[in-house]
Amino acid sequence: MDVAIVGVGLHPFGRSPALSGLEQGANAARAAMADAGVDFKAMQFAFGGSQDGGNADSLVNLLGLTGLQFTNIWNGCATGGSSLNAAYSAIKSGQYDVGLVVGFDKHPRGAFNPQPKDWGLDDWYGETGLMLTTQFFAMKIQRYMHDHGISNDTLIRVAEKAFRNGSITPTAWRQAALSWEEIANAPMVSEPLSKYMFCSPAEGGCALVVCRADMAHKFGGKPVILNTAVVRSRHYGSFEVFSPAQAPEMAQSPTVTASSAAFELAGIGPEDVGVAQLQDTEVGAEIMHMAENGFCAHGDQEQWLADGVTEITGRLPVNTDGGCLANGEPVGASGLRQVYEICLQLRGEAGARQVPNAPKVGYTHVYGAPGISGVNILSI
Amino acid sequence: MGITEDRMREQQPLHDGLFSWPDAQPELLGSQCNHCGEHAFPAQTSCRSCTGTDTQIVKMGRTGTLWTWTIQSFMPKAPYHTDETPESFQPYGVGYVELENGLRVESRLRENTPEQLTIGMPMQLEIIPVRVDENGIERVTFSFRAQEAN
Repeated sequence: MDVAIVGVGLHPFGRSPALSGLEQGANAARAAMADAGVDFKAMQFAFGGSQDGGNADSLVNLLGLTGLQFTNIWNGCATGGSSLNAAYSAIKSGQYDVGLVVGFDKHPRGAFNPQPKDWGLDDWYGETGLMLTTQFFAMKIQRYMHDHGISNDTLIRVAEKAFRNGSITPTAWRQAALSWEEIANAPMVSEPLSKYMFCSPAEGGCALVVCRADMAHKFGGKPVILNTAVVRSRHYGSFEVFSPAQAPEMAQSPTVTASSAAFELAGIGPEDVGVAQLQDTEVGAEIMHMAENGFCAHGDQEQWLADGVTEITGRLPVNTDGGCLANGEPVGASGLRQVYEICLQLRGEAGARQVPNAPKVGYTHVYGAPGISGVNILSI
Repeated sequence: MGITEDRMREQQPLHDGLFSWPDAQPELLGSQCNHCGEHAFPAQTSCRSCTGTDTQIVKMGRTGTLWTWTIQSFMPKAPYHTDETPESFQPYGVGYVELENGLRVESRLRENTPEQLTIGMPMQLEIIPVRVDENGIERVTFSFRAQEAN
């Protein structure tokens, strides 16, 4: 039994001061159902998640009290990936025919301020200033640059690409392209990463209508097949955020295991992917995730970025909508935005940022604290 | 923060069990698994490597080499809790220091400019003040700094 995505909807990311997180989630859900040509009464189940926007199942107050099974999912940055994974399993198992996946969020301004206790750590870790995701990503790319010969120019190129792609994406939060000089001369946040190299917490919502592929013709939208939805957690020895210590022997990141499992299940390889969304909460993440997801060898990114391989017109377009860098990160919705973008690209409906030559296979990847990764492979 | 010269106040660790205290030559404390031999910091009663539950507290020395680093350039929001104000805040280094037993421990670093920090440089432990608590006691934690030349 194949699983299809027959409707996609987005409440644009950024700031929506007049709307609650739940309202943004409801907008996205209604847009996805309109895209699929169905209403909420047809939804047999829903999986949803949000960090700061409220309980996802409260959406029934806005969408209608139809009695469906509505399960809340919370898995950090991989919340969207985990929700889609749950929906995939619900349909694959034969339990349900059609349902909704929704994520939304509304974060306060500024950096996230996670609490140590929520992550199994004691207060000293936060009180002495070690509990910042920005530090982890800076230290991970710092070591990666040292080990694999990645230059600061490559960091700048990733930011340049993100904001250029954002500038041609009507729903992106950041609509202005930035020059090399603006990025290179921006204030340093956490060495080697400066202001425009990080994404910001934001607001927004995203939703998908998923169904049995053999029923997809009954809906309005152009169906996209969800070949696999895989989520993996960290192994002993992988270098992860919020780690007071790391084991002497390094292990592969959960991205590597999620990615290889997804490719194996889908029966294809990285060379078959025509467009990809890779978690880019900062520029170093996109660079490292290119290799961790199997698209290139460690160190190849230096040449790939210089040659424009990951541009919309390149061999493997990455983060065609500007990714997290240009869209911001409403945690509950962010992973689903990646799937939304891939669906538009595979349907040939991505407008000015459409990848040429009708890509047939798309790929999405999220990574989150404290070491979790979700990968989806989609095709048309 | 930075090292205080004020020795008058009583000092106490912000959190017990991270380093030997009181000790003229404090060392980091961690745990070692009695089954597989892996180390952990902070000490824990179970082993993340082999899933065993038989561990012991061990001293882990006061020196290491810098494995990676960054600089915290703005004052973090809560739960950050020191005596600093946005006006008095000074950027601080953060890094992972590889200890002699191979474990890499995350730590504040005294050095706070890119020019002072290089992967592979020798580091040594120091104890630094964090804040004066509600009882007037100065609470301290561990940090690393570039090793002084012999």
